[in-house]
Amino acid sequence: MDLNHAKPNGSNGASAAFRFRSIGSGALFGLGFVAFIDETVFHQLLHWHHFYDKSTTGVGLVSDGLFHAFSWFATLAAFFMLSDLRRKNGLNAMSWWGGMLAGGGAFQLYDGIIQHKLMEIHQIRYNVDVLPYDVAWNVIAAAMIAAGILLIRSGKRARAARNGGKRR
Amino acid sequence: MNMNGSPLNHGAAGVWAACILAAGMAGLAILYILAFIRSHRRGRSWPPHRLILWLSGASAAIVGILASSPAQAHAGFVAHMVSHLLFGMLAPLLMALARPVTLLLRALDVTHARNLASLLKMPPLRFVTHPAVAGILNIGGLWLLYATDVFGKMHANPFCYLSVHGHLFIAGYVFSSAILGNEPNPHPSSHVFRALILILALAGHSILSKYVYAHPPAGVPASEAEAGAMLMYYGGDAVEALLIFFFCRTWYVAVRPRPRLPQVKG
Repeated sequence: MDLNHAKPNGSNGASAAFRFRSIGSGALFGLGFVAFIDETVFHQLLHWHHFYDKSTTGVGLVSDGLFHAFSWFATLAAFFMLSDLRRKNGLNAMSWWGGMLAGGGAFQLYDGIIQHKLMEIHQIRYNVDVLPYDVAWNVIAAAMIAAGILLIRSGKRARAARNGGKRR
Repeated sequence: MNMNGSPLNHGAAGVWAACILAAGMAGLAILYILAFIRSHRRGRSWPPHRLILWLSGASAAIVGILASSPAQAHAGFVAHMVSHLLFGMLAPLLMALARPVTLLLRALDVTHARNLASLLKMPPLRFVTHPAVAGILNIGGLWLLYATDVFGKMHANPFCYLSVHGHLFIAGYVFSSAILGNEPNPHPSSHVFRALILILALAGHSILSKYVYAHPPAGVPASEAEAGAMLMYYGGDAVEALLIFFFCRTWYVAVRPRPRLPQVKG
């Protein structure tokens, strides 16, 4: 399918593809944004996280490296995808924000459950009772995913309503 | 500072190896200037910003060589990492952005250009310039350097120093060029495939940084290894952000909307 020439409301197929790519761009940005906040706030400013506490398993180190690389790539790629959607007049803003919240929440949940707890790459904070931190971390992540899914669904409805309105 | 007996403590015997590297970089800079002039004389203009990219790359490489040359007997592991970032990562990227192969094909006369083109099509060259192979040669070389005793040997033996640095630079250049895909290539890889290779290479670099943090190369004190590893991790991120940016830009240009019909300009 040639998306380069699709009009924003030209056909439902192109419209759905643009919506899907809006979600994708938002999700990549959300993932990169959460990773960036994690790096600057918790590693660099608060010094709660440790760069590498040397108790990490090999699998944990590989997972950490892959996610670090992917989030770094995703942040920049998301901006280019967003610019591409805008110049093709195909950006679905609600879907983009929904994708961003869901993508960011998914990464935070993965970081909170798999990387902190199962792989024990590092903990949120040291020398304190970490349980309240873990609960807050993962509840925020779940709330972001839920809000993201709601936005994505209303983005789909808004698009469908607008297409319906055009046809009348 | 390193005391005597450290692998980072070099004799003056190795200075010539660093001089050869620096002279090689100066030579590459001069060759590009000559090709630039020749291309213009042949009526095929070449954007001046690419000349600036190439000269900046060669300068970054020379600064990198000086930062940890065998003459700097007291240069520690952190200085070596500055050298790794400048000589092994930033310089090759800037020089790959300058598209030297395309310039050379323009500057040469038809017969020589044709010979060069068929040389580039030979299987061994096509193999090493494939993004996946270039990525393995680049990141794999770094793992060999820091995770084995090559690092110690490199500083003891000028020939080893020369070949390791030659490999670091060439592998860095071929990798950057393969990811950017900005030179003539009859079998280009897709953007998705190159993105995947780029992410894996980035991951390999940051995993190695943390490995070096925990397992210092022989003779490197733990505190220096930690400082060097963190510089490798965050400095690497900075240079890699440039590579990601220019890679994404090639995608952005490739998928630009084009008018369906040729537009008549008034």
